[in-house]
Amino acid sequence: MEFAYGGAEGRRPRSFSMAGLSLAVARGEILGVIGPNSAGKTTLIRLVTRVLTPRAGDILLSGRPLGRMSAWELAREVAVVPQEAPPALRFTVEQLALMGRYPHAPARFFESAADRAVAEVAMAATGVLELASVPVEILSGGERQRAMLARALAQEPDLLVLDEPTAHLDLRYQVACAALLERLNRERGTSILLVSHDLNLAAQLCDRLLLLAEGRIARLGPPAEVLDEELLRAVYGCEVSVDINAAHGRRSVQVAWPRR
Amino acid sequence: MVPTAARLALVLAGLAAALLAVAMLALLLGSAPVSATAVLRALTGRAESGSIESVVALNLRLPRIIAAVLAGGSLAVAGVGFQALTRNPLAEPAVLGVSGGAAFGVVTGQIFGLGPTILAALGLAAFAFAGALLAAGAVFAIASAGSALSIQTLLLAGVIVGIFFSSAITVLISVLDFNRLGGVIHWLFGNLAPVPPGPLLLFALLTATGFWLVLGQARALNLFMLGEETARQMGVDAERLKRRIFIGAALLTATVVAFAGPIGFVGLIVPHLLRGWLGQDNRLLIPTALLGGGIFLLAADTVARNIVAPAELSVGVITAFCGAPFFVYLLRTRARSLL
Repeated sequence: MEFAYGGAEGRRPRSFSMAGLSLAVARGEILGVIGPNSAGKTTLIRLVTRVLTPRAGDILLSGRPLGRMSAWELAREVAVVPQEAPPALRFTVEQLALMGRYPHAPARFFESAADRAVAEVAMAATGVLELASVPVEILSGGERQRAMLARALAQEPDLLVLDEPTAHLDLRYQVACAALLERLNRERGTSILLVSHDLNLAAQLCDRLLLLAEGRIARLGPPAEVLDEELLRAVYGCEVSVDINAAHGRRSVQVAWPRR
Repeated sequence: MVPTAARLALVLAGLAAALLAVAMLALLLGSAPVSATAVLRALTGRAESGSIESVVALNLRLPRIIAAVLAGGSLAVAGVGFQALTRNPLAEPAVLGVSGGAAFGVVTGQIFGLGPTILAALGLAAFAFAGALLAAGAVFAIASAGSALSIQTLLLAGVIVGIFFSSAITVLISVLDFNRLGGVIHWLFGNLAPVPPGPLLLFALLTATGFWLVLGQARALNLFMLGEETARQMGVDAERLKRRIFIGAALLTATVVAFAGPIGFVGLIVPHLLRGWLGQDNRLLIPTALLGGGIFLLAADTVARNIVAPAELSVGVITAFCGAPFFVYLLRTRARSLL
């Protein structure tokens, strides 16, 4: 599966534009999208899921233009886990997971037994199977996020898009989330597009990073190339230092906090 | 507990049985005493035609019962629709000012001389529908002036639009025919009356249309609860959903107002009770609201007919007496949260 932009331009209400984007997500890859606020990370997600359409250029999914696909076709291949589940959802975890089956048979009124089986597998994969009858609103932040992830997995997508998946999670759940994503990628071959503020998570998890700045690509490549002190300093506008972790060989980014 | 066709069928069967029971009771109770055997004779066609029992049971009470069921069901389904659309448990036709707009439409239509024949009833319903759409459009326009649809703004806008239309009605009647003002104000409470067979059939058809429009979106509505953007990313055609629910709920409201005047709070109480029993899944709520609303309004109308017999209260008075405290209760427990 391949996602390719050819010089796409998108517009957001507050005269923001992205231009000259040209990138492809390879099958089975974990691509991290990083960058400052208003760099266009969420706009990118919206372009990829056709919530926004580019003014120029094409977005292709496995070679097919996004504009020619029906909303259901797109939802069968791309699933998004938003930053937060809406509050006060009285649906149970199982009902939420089952919603992910909608694009596969939108004309059906109730889900089929086959749908329920897929939802069960999805819940098991994200470790919320034993919470199946629990209303989503009383779950903890980490559990709620895993329930939303189960819903996305039930769509059986080729590409999973996650918007700030660890934003509201404590350390333990951050680690669990990273491990889960890595396992999903490895076992199912699902491509993952991950938008995150957490540079260290991105460094750890992703095969390649896309650094966005003001709607343009600042750099695209493996973490070793993208997590460069000079570049990060220029893009983020603050002092950072990048250490190479001796134990794992991975880079970690440290911010220089103001001295007291 | 996952909703399935079997579960829905079971719940509907239970509600249908309850509805039949309440309907039988309504046939028996009233200011004209009619015994159970007499009613049965009338229903099975064995009473002499023109006898008191058959007239009361068949020509007076039965049409009124059917109208009550249709009206209650329509209002409850419209309530579910508006609540899902706005993700707000306090949204219902009266609160949103939609009933007010429809009432204005009806009064305007009556000024043009539309009366009780079937074609005229269709015309009245059309006027009511136009008024309902106008009111709903105004409310949504006012409330969306910011970015998202906030609960407070929506409710305020609804109350304001409702008051506006009520005032407009009063002005219109006062200017055109002041003697009718008392009658119109009484009508504004919402009253059920025996509807002649032709218009009653029209009532049923319009209810069926509105119901079908809303029911068709039931599954997509569940996804819509996750947020419009998320629903779109899951393949929901959000614009079509909003259009159909909007039009369906407005049609249901307008139909009731055209045949019975603006009855409030059914769309608030019944969906809430059903949600407590069945959960949030609209595929269960919408069909059960049709029956549950019917039961509720039929019961309310039976009380209205009998409580100060031989005089009658407006059914809207009964629903308001139940509804106002219920509304306060909802405000205190749920206003912060969405559905």
